[in-house]
Formats: sequence, C-alpha cells, structure tokens
Amino acid sequence: MADLSVKVAGVDFKNPVIVASGTFGYGREYEELFPLSVLGGISTKGTTGVKRTGNPSPRIAETPSGILNSVGLQNPGIDYFIANELPYLKTKDTTIVANIAGSTPEECAEVAKKLDSTDVDMIELNISCPNVKQGGAAFGTSCEGAAAVTRIVRNATKKPLMVKLSPNVTSIVDIAKAVEAEGADAVSLINTLLGMRIDINTRRPILKNNVGGLSGPCVFPVAVRMVWQVANAVGIDVVGMGGIATYEDAIEMMMAGAKAIQIGTVLFNNPYAAVDIVNGMNEWCDKNGVRNIGEISGTVKKW
Amino acid sequence: MKYTQGKYILVSKKTLAKEIYDFEILCPDIAEVAVAGQFVNVIADGYTLRRPISICGIDKEKGTIRIVFEVRGKGTKQIAKINEGEMIDILGPLGKGFPMDDYKTAITVGGGIGTPPMNEIAKHFGENCRSISGFRNAAAVILQDDLKSFGAETILCTDDGSMGRKGFVTEALKDEVNKKKPDVIYACGPNVMIKGVVDIAKEAGVPCFISLEERMGCGIGACLVCACRTVKNGEEYYAHVCKDGPVFNSEEVIF
Ligand SMILES: Cc1cc2nc3c(=O)[nH]c(=O)nc-3n(C[C@H](O)[C@H](O)[C@H](O)COP(=O)(O)OP(=O)(O)OC[C@H]3O[C@@H](n4cnc5c(N)ncnc54)[C@H](O)[C@@H]3O)c2cc1C
Ligand SMILES: Cc1cc2nc3c(=O)[nH]c(=O)nc-3n(C[C@H](O)[C@H](O)[C@H](O)COP(=O)(O)O)c2cc1C
Ligand code: FES
Repeated sequence: MADLSVKVAGVDFKNPVIVASGTFGYGREYEELFPLSVLGGISTKGTTGVKRTGNPSPRIAETPSGILNSVGLQNPGIDYFIANELPYLKTKDTTIVANIAGSTPEECAEVAKKLDSTDVDMIELNISCPNVKQGGAAFGTSCEGAAAVTRIVRNATKKPLMVKLSPNVTSIVDIAKAVEAEGADAVSLINTLLGMRIDINTRRPILKNNVGGLSGPCVFPVAVRMVWQVANAVGIDVVGMGGIATYEDAIEMMMAGAKAIQIGTVLFNNPYAAVDIVNGMNEWCDKNGVRNIGEISGTVKKW
Repeated sequence: MKYTQGKYILVSKKTLAKEIYDFEILCPDIAEVAVAGQFVNVIADGYTLRRPISICGIDKEKGTIRIVFEVRGKGTKQIAKINEGEMIDILGPLGKGFPMDDYKTAITVGGGIGTPPMNEIAKHFGENCRSISGFRNAAAVILQDDLKSFGAETILCTDDGSMGRKGFVTEALKDEVNKKKPDVIYACGPNVMIKGVVDIAKEAGVPCFISLEERMGCGIGACLVCACRTVKNGEEYYAHVCKDGPVFNSEEVIF
C-alpha cells in the first residue's frame, strides 16, 4: 500500500482526491453511499455572505462528454453554514475546504472573516463563478481584480487560502501570479468554461440563464494544459480539476503539476467515482513502485 | 439504506407501444425500500448524465422493480438497446413518493408517459381507485390492464377518440369528481395537464399530489440543478425535484 497522503499549502489530505464545490453539497446525500472518511477532502458548496436562491430552471444541459450548469450559487449563507453544516462535516474525518464567493470583494472578506474563528481546514475563494452577474467573474477575470480580492480576503483570515481560478481569461498564468503576489497559499483550477446550448425546435437556449459553465470530461485537456502552465509559473501549490473521471486522469493531472485533484461532474455518472479513483491510485502506485503519491506531482517531462 | 447504485440484471423486456419499453429489473435491495412515486436514475451508456425514470411497479417478493419509458432522445434510445439478461446500471430508489396512508379513496390522472407512476397507487387503493389516463391515440395506450388488475376502475381518454372517451383527461376528471369526490387526487403528465388537474382539485377542495419533471444532475439532492419554484409557509424558495420531490403537494408548487 502506497502512501497517498498529500499536503496542499501545509494542509494535510489523507489522499489527493477532493470532491469539487457545488457537486457534492455538504456531503449528506453521498454519505448514504459511502463513508465520507474515504475522501481526501470535501470542498463545500460555494457560500456567500447572505443566502442566495440561485437561477431559474433548467439549470443543466448535457453536452458531448460534459454538461453545462447555471445553478447560480444557490446557498443558505455563511452563518447557516457555520452553524449547521460545518460542525457536522468536521466529525467526518476528512479535510474540509470551505468554498466561498461574493458579489463584491468586501462580501468575500466578510465571509472569510467569519470562517477564521471556525475549525475549517482551508478556504477556497471562488473568483470565477460564471453563473451570476457578480459571482466573482466580474473581479476574477482581470489581474487587478483578482489581486484586489485576494488582498482583502488575505487580510481577513489566517486560514490557508486557496484561490479558485477561472479559465475564461486570456492568460490564467498572469492571474495565478497576481493572486500569488497577494498572499494566496494555493490556487485551484479550473472552474467551468462559459458555454451555451440551443434547442433547435424551440430556438431557445436550454438553460434558463441562457449561458452556463461547461464541465466534465470534455474540458479535461484544457484543464491539464492550464494546470501545467500555472504549476510551472508559480511557487505555490496547485490543485487541479476539470473533467477528471478516472484514476488515470487523476494521475495525469498530478503529473501536470497538481498536488491534489478535485472531481465534480463525474459523480453524477458514477457516484462512487471518488472511491474508485482512490482505489485505482493505490493499485497504480503499487504496480509502478511509487511509494508516495506526492512524488508524481509535476513529473511530466516536456519535449 | 435509502438508496444505492449498482448494475442489475434486466430480467424482462417488453414493448408496450411504439417506442415504449417495459423493463423488469432484479434489484432486491432497491425493491425492498422503494415506494410508489419514487424514481431511479439510469445510465445511458456513453452519456454523462443518468436519465430519471419513475418506478412503475415494485415486487418485494421477487425483488424486482419495473420501469416503463418512452424513447425521447439519445439517452433513452441507448437505454432501450439493453437486452434481457444484460446489466442495467441504476441509482435508486430516489426522491419522495406519494403520501397514501391518510386516504381511503383516490383518483389518479396520468397523461401519456406520466401514467407509469400511477400503477403502484392503483395497487395500493385497489377498488377504491379510479384511474384516468390520457393518450394521443389508441396506438399509444399503455398499462390499462395493469390498472384494472388491481381492481381500479379505469377511465381512458384519447385526444382523437380512437379509443375510450374523446378529449382531455381534465374533462374526465371533472366528471368523476362531480360524480363522487375522492379523498385525494394524484397526477403525473405534461405540465399543462397537471396545471388543469391542480385547478380542478383546488376548486373541489380535494388534496392533490403531483409528480414533476426537471432536468437533473446528481439525482440525490447535492448539486441543486433540479430546482422547482415552491412556496411553504408563505415563503418562496427553490425546492429540488430529485430530493424534495418528484412528488409535491400541489399547493406548494408555483406554476
Ligand atoms: C422524476 C422523473 C421521472 C420520470 N419518469 C419517467 C418515466 O417513468 N417514463 C419516461 O418515459 N420518462 C420519464 N421521465 C422523463 C425522462 O427522464 C426523459 O424523457 C429522459 O431523461 C429523456 O432523455 P433522452 O436522453 O432520451 O432525451 P434528451 O433530450 O436527449 O436528453 C437530454 C438531457 O435532458 C434531460 N431531459 C430531457 N427531457 C427530460 C425530462 N422530461 N425530464 C427530465 N430530464 C429530461 C435528459 O435526462 C438529459 O440529461 C421522468 C423524468 C423525471 C424527472
Ligand atoms: C452543478 C455544479 C455546481 C458548481 N458549483 C460551484 C460552486 O458553487 N463553487 C465553485 O467554486 N465551483 C462550482 N462548480 C465548479 C466545480 O467545482 C468544478 O470546478 C468544475 O465543475 C470542473 O470540474 P469537473 O469537470 O470535475 O466537474 C460547480 C460545478 C457544477 C457542475
Ligand atoms: S439533481 Fe442534483 S440536486 Fe437534484
């Protein structure tokens, strides 16, 4: 048995498989299927300063090898999260990453500040939600905006801070460098890619929000490329995600430079995907003489 | 156990009408806990999202459930290719079913492929059930013998009058309610039909439970994509069809 434990920005994860924000709720539903303790970590549903109702339905459309979603950050708000979800999650013997968002940098900072006095393990600041007018995309897609929100959130909390980046930018590397310079301890990428589908019979977009975020296996090569570029450009840890569906994908993402990985959309197809990926990684390590999974991060040898 | 996911044997496959399939699946763990109105989320090989299909029959002794579905698009076409004896990957049973224990007499209203979930209700109420079903034409009619086999009185409507009564189920429902008020009305079908049923139930002051459809991701309540506008205690909020439904009290749904 290989050692699957990894560290991201000093935070311990028992294995590199973290379930991605927004696809796993607060864990209660998946717990019917397997104990949450098998997970490396849980990134909880994006939480804002005040409760949000989200966008009208339909909020999901299938695409070849993927989906579009336009949930729009529906969540009960940070106070509810801290009072009702976090204490429960903290009993589950896995690392808890609180994913946060806000309409303004100040809202993000307020949420981070409230989390500072809790025992959450890490904060993931989402500056990249494409589904609300001000879901972060407004300030997450320019270097100045990304730097500014990172600075104010950094000042609001001593918790390890991971900033989640949008792929809907000209240079994700520049954004990563900008948030690193402002004190982010890690970056996670990628959030969803903005997309659209149209029902040709009704000539209407399938999503009520017209546009939505693309995720699932179709985005995997884009995600691998971005993780590779960012990991080569920053000194802080990188968590990779976007379309990972198998343990082979997870290992590929780590070789590209990720210290840990997140999975989301695959859970809708295979709710046990996290368990399968952890088991697959274990066997792969044993077969390939890898004693510690962390060894493989960033080991791709470029041509 | 509330729900589980696995690959189960398709023990029987039938065609009920053009492009309408009837699957019996051996899944004792699911059959044991399933109730009327719940659904399963089915893998369509090669597609990212599972397809939600209502449970049409539950045989706890045999350990089987039955699903009846129509080929609507690529996913259901793929599912229809599974042969008897092969495996089908399902997650279930999911969602909340129809509340039935508080009532003695019922009317069910099924529109087209909304008829399957009515089957288990008819089984529960037996002779105390009147089952109204509506279809486009005679060729599309399904499940009438099943409903009758439980002792339910069946009232069949077709849009073109090629079988049963000509016209919409809502007209038949009005007549039945006028004849004798039931304790409860259950409905599943196209939204316009459901809306009509809800109005009639409201006017008659009869409780009404409806099974709704929405596009789904996880199917278990984690991803929040299957939102449906509802109101409870005066407060409006987005409920989730997969977990809070698919069956809702009609008073809570905002159309
Ligand atoms: C709770 C519930 C119970 C259902 N029970 C039955 C049943 O017993 N029998 C039956 O024939 N059909 C049922 N449906 C509808 C069935 O899920 C859709 O017909 C099916 O998903 C269409 O898939 P497709 O790939 O053939 O169509 P496509 O149009 O190719 O599907 C594209 C995407 O949209 C989704 N989608 C399309 N139409 C619907 C719809 N009406 N509801 C939800 N998602 C949809 C698909 O799941 C898929 O993700 C039910 C739906 C729900 C929500
Ligand atoms: C339904 C849904 C909801 C999501 N909600 C959030 C969210 O609240 N916050 C966030 O940072 N990312 C959110 N995401 C993005 C995912 O966390 C992830 O970055 C993305 O889906 C790519 O990974 P995947 O291809 O494995 O799903 C959401 C994705 C989906 C599909
Ligand atoms: S489908 Fe995920 S919450 Fe309903």
